[in-house]
Amino acid sequence: MKKLLLTSAASFALMAGAAAAQDIKIGIILGFTGPLESITPNMAAGAELAISEVNEAGTLLDGQTISVVRADSTCIDASAATAAAERLITAEGVSALMGADCSGVTTAILHNVAKPNGVVMVSPSATSPALSADDDDGLFFRTAPSDARQGAVMADIIRDRGISSVAVTYTNNDYGKGLADSFASAFTEAGGTVTINAAHEDGKADYSAEVGALASAGGEVLVVAGYVDQGGRGIIQAAVDTGAFDVFVLPDGMYGESLVENIGSALDGSFGQYPGTDSEGATTYAEMAREAGFDGTSAFSAESYDAAALIMLAMQAAGSSNPGDFKDHIMSVANEPGEEILPGELAKGIEILKNGGDINYVGATAVELIGTGESAGSYREIEIRDGAIEIVGYR
Amino acid sequence: MDFLNALVVFANFVLVPATAYGAQLALGALGVTLIFGILRFSNFAHGDTMAFGTMITILVTWALQAAGVTFGPLPTALLALPVAVGVTALLLLGTDRMVYRFYRKVRAAPVILVMVSLGVMFVMNALVRFGIGVNEYRFDDGARFVVDARTFREMTGLAEGLAIRSTQVITLVTAVIVVAALFWFLKRTRTGKSMRAFSDNEDLALLSGINPERVVAVTWIITAALATTAGVLYGLDKSFKAFTYFQLLLPIFASAIVGGLGSPIGAIAGGFIIAFSEITVTYAFKRVVTYVVPENPAPEGLMQLLSTDYKFAVSFTILIIVLLFKPTGLFKGQQS
Repeated sequence: MKKLLLTSAASFALMAGAAAAQDIKIGIILGFTGPLESITPNMAAGAELAISEVNEAGTLLDGQTISVVRADSTCIDASAATAAAERLITAEGVSALMGADCSGVTTAILHNVAKPNGVVMVSPSATSPALSADDDDGLFFRTAPSDARQGAVMADIIRDRGISSVAVTYTNNDYGKGLADSFASAFTEAGGTVTINAAHEDGKADYSAEVGALASAGGEVLVVAGYVDQGGRGIIQAAVDTGAFDVFVLPDGMYGESLVENIGSALDGSFGQYPGTDSEGATTYAEMAREAGFDGTSAFSAESYDAAALIMLAMQAAGSSNPGDFKDHIMSVANEPGEEILPGELAKGIEILKNGGDINYVGATAVELIGTGESAGSYREIEIRDGAIEIVGYR
Repeated sequence: MDFLNALVVFANFVLVPATAYGAQLALGALGVTLIFGILRFSNFAHGDTMAFGTMITILVTWALQAAGVTFGPLPTALLALPVAVGVTALLLLGTDRMVYRFYRKVRAAPVILVMVSLGVMFVMNALVRFGIGVNEYRFDDGARFVVDARTFREMTGLAEGLAIRSTQVITLVTAVIVVAALFWFLKRTRTGKSMRAFSDNEDLALLSGINPERVVAVTWIITAALATTAGVLYGLDKSFKAFTYFQLLLPIFASAIVGGLGSPIGAIAGGFIIAFSEITVTYAFKRVVTYVVPENPAPEGLMQLLSTDYKFAVSFTILIIVLLFKPTGLFKGQQS
């Protein structure tokens, strides 16, 4: 009862704040600097594409427009991310946060800023399994699947290639450890052997010692659960240089053109996966992104579009931009029953909701929210051939 | 055959990287030891001097590359190195004029000079960040390998590969040349002799008519050359990032102290001791052992004494042990 009273009081205060503002603000908080800086511009562009689509239609909540405020989560510095989110909420008065990107900072923002202020957060890329069980007051959602799922998918991909023994190295944070552990348990369960499961620190000049230990443990391939612009690349570089491993398995954090550019032909034959589907929505979205002038197939770009779209559709479903009201509608607009909504059809979705109908937002990534509000998850299997990343299948 | 394989694995993951790293540390430690021997204080700004010199090298390298100048199979950075040494020497001489000279005149205690160098360190830290930023840069061009692992395997028919990067060879060759030149300079030339005299006994040196300002200036110029060369070699071999250069201060000081502060031979020995202990202590010997003892089943564990995360702890521990049992270092350096 006390909690209910508090929430009501908080939402009342926020409502008063929102009424004073002219338009609705959505904060986009991503690591524009830091380990993910090479993919975050395409993520922000994705979210902004959805927002400009809704603004062009001009029908949201009877003609309100949405403005965007960007902030830097840094991906790794929890206190900097918290301060940035604090600014978005208290100074800018955003109704929802599209972000953050990395699991550690997302958890920090959720507990330090979003929960105390009662603001909805939809992350496109925080994939740590720990976030599933977090007590989030129903405020946190993610259009990316938990790494528990990615771990299982990666184990399947490796097993299907007839590989039975692997070495694993992960970046020493929530994302890396969560993914490495879920993969290791899934792979061992399927009968494979994990020869070593060792952490590496980001931001070092030299990884030959780490690679020495990995090489000593052996394994047919090396699974690198790290970041593409950080230690992950350093590990691969050192492993290629010393001839320790020839084939690398690259999960979502390691997916990026910069890796191929930096390492070159030695990466041929390496494979991996990152969230994505072959749904109609994915193709439409890639096309829309190309027209808007950015790469929509870049990792988590489509998830960002979907995250922003879900926020706005839920606002329409609730008939309010108050986070306390629309947080309960995110699950219902994302899932069945209702008319399926693809990218580019946000105006149609708003129209249906306005007339009291139901929608099932499919979006660019075939969104299906399960559990406490996270994507069920489908993945693109990639392989590097002749210096280019090719999509070889979907899981 | 198995013994050869074991040897190759060991060389690939320990011997070659540790030798290159040792040479880089030795050059860094030589600079520290020179300052300590002649100016009589521990220069905490040395790591950032290396970063500054490397930054200038990278900037000049980019300019050269933009102008289409390359150095064949060798990295272009080697062409940029002399320019960078000059700029770094100017910076050090300027710092000496503006900061250190005052404290030398008032004959400040060494500990005050150490604190002063700490301040200089922060200024240089900021200079580098203003100049090039905090990101990681790779500026190695030219041929990457002398022997790569695949070619080695095909050539020898061994199961294990050995990779020798060209930067590792360049590191070693450059280090040998620089060290030889430094020793020749200290032993044979008039200026070198006066520097050694100044280091041994300042008052006597002054009495015999040695110009102290000249000795100090030459010391800074040599330090600039050593620091820039060490920094560039480290950056070529690994990568340049302002923060990692700052962190290099610990192993460099450990090398200089283990060898005996003030002793150039000690600095070189210390550099290799620290490099080899850091790498061997954190190396997992499982693969080597499996080859040497083929009858036994492969050992369960990794045969690794310490996780690689504790690399810096190794140099720290050696530093403490040496300070406890042989405070003047292995080669009897000076005591402050």
